[in-house]
Amino acid sequence: MAEKKQHILVPAHKKLSEKEKEELLKKYNITLKDLPKILAKDPALAELDVKEGDVVKILRKSRTAGESSYYRGVVNG
Amino acid sequence: MSEEYIYKQVRSIVFGMLNPRQIKKMSAVKVVTPELYDKEGYPVDGGLMDLKMGVIDPGLRCKTCGSKLKECPGHFGYIELARPVIHINFVSLIFNLLKSTCRDCGRILLPQAKAEKLKERLDAAGKDVGPEARRKLIKSMMTSLKTTNKCPHCKARQQKITIEKPSTFFENDKRLTAIETRARLERLSDDDCELFGINAKTMRPEWAVLTILPIPPLTMRPSITLESGERSEDDLTHKLGDIVRINQRLFENINAGAPEIIIEDLWDLLKYHVTTYFNNEVAQLPPARHRSGQPLKTLTERIKSKEGRIRYNLAGKRTNFSARTVISPDPMLRLNEVGVPFVMATKLTVPERVTSWNMDYLKKFVTTGPKKYPGANYIIRPDGRKKKITDETKEQLLEELQPGFIVERHLMDGDIAIYNRQPSLHRMSMMCHRVRVLPGRTFRMNPSVCNPYNADFDGDEMNLHIPQTEEARAEAEVIMDVHMQLISPGYGLSVMGCIHDSISGNFLLTKELSFSRKDAVKILLSAGVDDFSKLPNKEMINGKEIFSVLIPDDFSYSGHSNLCKKKVEGCEDPAHVIIEKGKLRQGVIDGANLGKGSGWMLRDLHQKYGEEFAADFISKVSKLGINVLLNHGFSAAISDTDLPEVAKQKIKQVIDEAHILVADLIKSYEEETLETFPGKTRKETLELKILETLNKARNKSISIVTEYSTKRDTDTIIMAKSGARGSLLQLAQIAATVGQQALRGRRVDIGFTGRTLPYFQKNDLMPKARGFISDGYKAGMSPSEFFFQAMTGRDSLMDTALRTPKSGYLYRRLSNAMQDLKVDYDNTVRDASNKIIQFNYGEDGVDVSKSVGGKIDVRKIIRAALEVM
Repeated sequence: MAEKKQHILVPAHKKLSEKEKEELLKKYNITLKDLPKILAKDPALAELDVKEGDVVKILRKSRTAGESSYYRGVVNG
Repeated sequence: MSEEYIYKQVRSIVFGMLNPRQIKKMSAVKVVTPELYDKEGYPVDGGLMDLKMGVIDPGLRCKTCGSKLKECPGHFGYIELARPVIHINFVSLIFNLLKSTCRDCGRILLPQAKAEKLKERLDAAGKDVGPEARRKLIKSMMTSLKTTNKCPHCKARQQKITIEKPSTFFENDKRLTAIETRARLERLSDDDCELFGINAKTMRPEWAVLTILPIPPLTMRPSITLESGERSEDDLTHKLGDIVRINQRLFENINAGAPEIIIEDLWDLLKYHVTTYFNNEVAQLPPARHRSGQPLKTLTERIKSKEGRIRYNLAGKRTNFSARTVISPDPMLRLNEVGVPFVMATKLTVPERVTSWNMDYLKKFVTTGPKKYPGANYIIRPDGRKKKITDETKEQLLEELQPGFIVERHLMDGDIAIYNRQPSLHRMSMMCHRVRVLPGRTFRMNPSVCNPYNADFDGDEMNLHIPQTEEARAEAEVIMDVHMQLISPGYGLSVMGCIHDSISGNFLLTKELSFSRKDAVKILLSAGVDDFSKLPNKEMINGKEIFSVLIPDDFSYSGHSNLCKKKVEGCEDPAHVIIEKGKLRQGVIDGANLGKGSGWMLRDLHQKYGEEFAADFISKVSKLGINVLLNHGFSAAISDTDLPEVAKQKIKQVIDEAHILVADLIKSYEEETLETFPGKTRKETLELKILETLNKARNKSISIVTEYSTKRDTDTIIMAKSGARGSLLQLAQIAATVGQQALRGRRVDIGFTGRTLPYFQKNDLMPKARGFISDGYKAGMSPSEFFFQAMTGRDSLMDTALRTPKSGYLYRRLSNAMQDLKVDYDNTVRDASNKIIQFNYGEDGVDVSKSVGGKIDVRKIIRAALEVM
């Protein structure tokens, strides 16, 4: 099947590896629950193989900073 | 008296329902009669005002605990209901329970195995995600049970249960009485309760059907004695009286063996009273009313909504040491001063602690007393006792005064105050000012601080608060001072600037004026300058040199002014402002550089020389502008808007031409030769083309007005050009033509069928029939033009009146949602439970008020650093 192209307004979503995830949580001194959430069935994650407990990194275009990264923890609705 | 403090930590809170036994246990009295007082006016024993339920009259003692008024917290009573009544707030819970349990055996309509599995899942959800997930699971379980019609435990067939709002249940169209309902709930086992999210230890479901009603203590429903000696009872007492009365009647009827219909009617009435006692705003019930017709305020209404206990009494705080009055301007005050009326200064006080060093200083205030100024109103002794200073007590208090006492002295010049205007929409709506006690009855303020408060002087009132502790004063001074708020956190420019006359004055000064040295010194002196070393030593001094006196020697700046033709990089207009080494070399200082929220000059000065200097600069420049005008003279006249005959002719010609063009357009529309725009109907195309034509005509007449009136440079034109007030468009509206009136983005097209006014022909599309005003305000409008103008005027008035509460509510929701967000030390934005909202404040971690246009100008920093080296 051909790869589905995301809409131009949907920023790039990337799954964090287990190691990256640990580093992120450590950096902000938080647990998974303290991250903003995203539903596993969110259309933006359609092409990612994610499950509950994963963290996705989102690279957004920002008016103030050019590009900024955001992290969201995957949850099941 | 030594107080002993006991420290305890709250580990958990359990919510539950009161059960009948508990109610009886906590009660001091059983209420059996609806009578309140006997013939002598004493409360009846066993009545609703029984003295055992607390004291509300001074001097009496509580019959239960023996304490006096204000010491006795009050005690509950109870009534035994003749028949049970469903508690209105638990109707939905009972309904759900009835639907999902067996009518025979009282078990949950779920097979044993499934029930056990559900319990596990609930526990897991509760532990991992939280109570919300648990509740969600329970809800979905209940909906799935709706269709079960056979009990998996006792195989009994289930009947369909419906509800008739507000609180009557039916089983297959047969009414379920509260007794039956209660009996069914009693059958539920404690374990099954848990599956419904009910902790049976604290909340057995049958307790939701009341058999005993607690009567709140008298302290919660005090009666008030009117001036006429009549007693007026609280709304709750009235309601409870109804309940007790009906309850007694029900008892009597049951005992007398009255027919079932009568008993049921009374039972329903009792239900109505108990329901409205809890909540008088139940949708299907008529609210219980006073004899006057106004609805009773019962339990729910006491708590709920804006006037309820929570938002009115708990979240809404009231404060002492505050004042409110009308505001008026005083440009001679500093930016961070506020003029306080003399009468207020003798009522508002500042507490000062007596030490051996300030003893004599404070004694002076006490000696002066409360009536003269500056005096003192109270002294507070170290034990906390407050003593009023009067002529009689003065001598004694003076003798008593010693270190450790506190003197509440009158407000004096230089005291710290917090000044505020509602609506407090941003942090600049509350700023710290220094007090200046002045004669008169209004608060006085520098007109330059109007902008952050969004205040004007058409009758606005403002509030003043006097901080009472050293810490509060320090915080106010360091973080809330007007000086600290100069740069807006929203757009990073100065929120305060010159307004109106100050701008016109500086515009004239730096554009064309020059004064004799004597006059220049006079003007500068009244602007607050006392160092004239920068003033050149010559006979005539031009305005730019006078303005330069205010600029520090090492300040350089370049920026556009309103007069600059094209506002681009490398602007070569002679009006472009260039300041070199503290000298205004070229350009006109106007609204673009001095106005609020515009221009980088104030921002740069603030950054380089600090907030103290910037504030001082703003107030000096304003005063300079005003004093220039005082010297030079400045007055706007209606003749400022006079146009020469040529101009009038030209404008008339432009408008006539537009009319002809429009007539042609309409003709081509009617002959169907008009070319339509893609995606528009022919009618829309015509409208667009007409609007375009008329707009062009108006713009043309504006430029004619501008062309001819700028030749004369009258004071009205100066105001518009400098950005002080008004615009050239408004000038053209007065002098030449008001232009097209628009309703909902279109030409006026409503009113009668096919026409705006009966004065016109039907389907007349000509400009004058559709809200085009070709006359100016000065020449005066025709009746139809006036009417059109009133239409749009009314429309915009309504718009503002409707928009204000809407945006107010929007803001309330926004601020409530975000009130506890904070920027952490690691630049993340987090909420109260430390959840991350944003990983880097504003995505770039930059404080707008401390950066240049939201960016940090590294080059500038390096340049400044190199200069220092």
